Amino acid sequence: MNRRLLLLTPLGVAAIGGASFWAMLRGMRTGSFDPRGIPSQMIDKPLPDFALEGFGRADILVLKRPVVLNFFASWCVPCIDEAATLVTLNRANVPIWGIAYKDKIPATDAFLTKYGNPYRRVARDLAGQVGIEWGVTGVPETYIIDAAGIVRWRYSGPLSEQAVSVVTKLATA
Amino acid sequence: MIRACLMVLLLLAAPMLFVSPASAIGDPSEALPNAAQEARAVEIGRQLRCLVCQNESIEESGADLARDLRKIVRTHVAAGEGEAQITAWLVARYGDYVRLRPPVNAGTILLWASPLVFLLIGGATVFAMRRAPKAVPAPLSADEHTRLQRLMDT
Repeated sequence: MNRRLLLLTPLGVAAIGGASFWAMLRGMRTGSFDPRGIPSQMIDKPLPDFALEGFGRADILVLKRPVVLNFFASWCVPCIDEAATLVTLNRANVPIWGIAYKDKIPATDAFLTKYGNPYRRVARDLAGQVGIEWGVTGVPETYIIDAAGIVRWRYSGPLSEQAVSVVTKLATA
Repeated sequence: MIRACLMVLLLLAAPMLFVSPASAIGDPSEALPNAAQEARAVEIGRQLRCLVCQNESIEESGADLARDLRKIVRTHVAAGEGEAQITAWLVARYGDYVRLRPPVNAGTILLWASPLVFLLIGGATVFAMRRAPKAVPAPLSADEHTRLQRLMDT
């Protein structure tokens, strides 16, 4: 009995380890698990206070309806990727507001002319301080704020097809 | 020959002895004018993770975000805030992940307890193995007895 236990314990541990690694690798392939991902601290909390040239917290609160907030920059290559997706979302009547993160004003304007402007309003976070208030670690990053001004969802990186369907559902509710 | 080899090794290792610990890289203008405050800021910054490079502290990292966070730490230090207050400010925005030394809570208790858990498992295993009675070999059969006798006689 004891001998069998000694033999089976390492095998059991190895089996659990193997199953966990398999789940992790599978998650990395489907996108449900990101080993470098950092969960947002803003979820289910009221949106942080900020006021920028363009818009601020108060402007979002008076909307009384959900809005998509997208941090972007002209120097960010994945943002170019994402631009077409956002333009399509905007055409589908999803309200998207943009914050240009650590970007020079003429560069942002040129980016929006070149790749299309999906934003109903654009604010400029020249110093990147508002990005830190939101816990942004890189661009693009997308948040959904509900009608009551509570942050409900965050996505880091260019919106995937799956993410687009979530955005459409949450932001047009 | 051995002596020569040792000398070479020692010479190669010598620079490592004189390397000063990493401090705020790059711009010296980032540093606070007050040396004591700057030292405190460096100490706090060393415990904070750069969210971009992820395995460097914000004091060691060359990333843009790390520089912004260094600036924020210095602003808060200059305002007279303590380490706990500044760390809490950052944790509220970036989560516990921003701390290089994870706090003890429900999510990390297994991590912190793991040395003790493994020590207990190892100790229990050793204890069980020492206590287990040694199996007494079965007495020799008549056949084996005669075989043994024959072997010893030759």
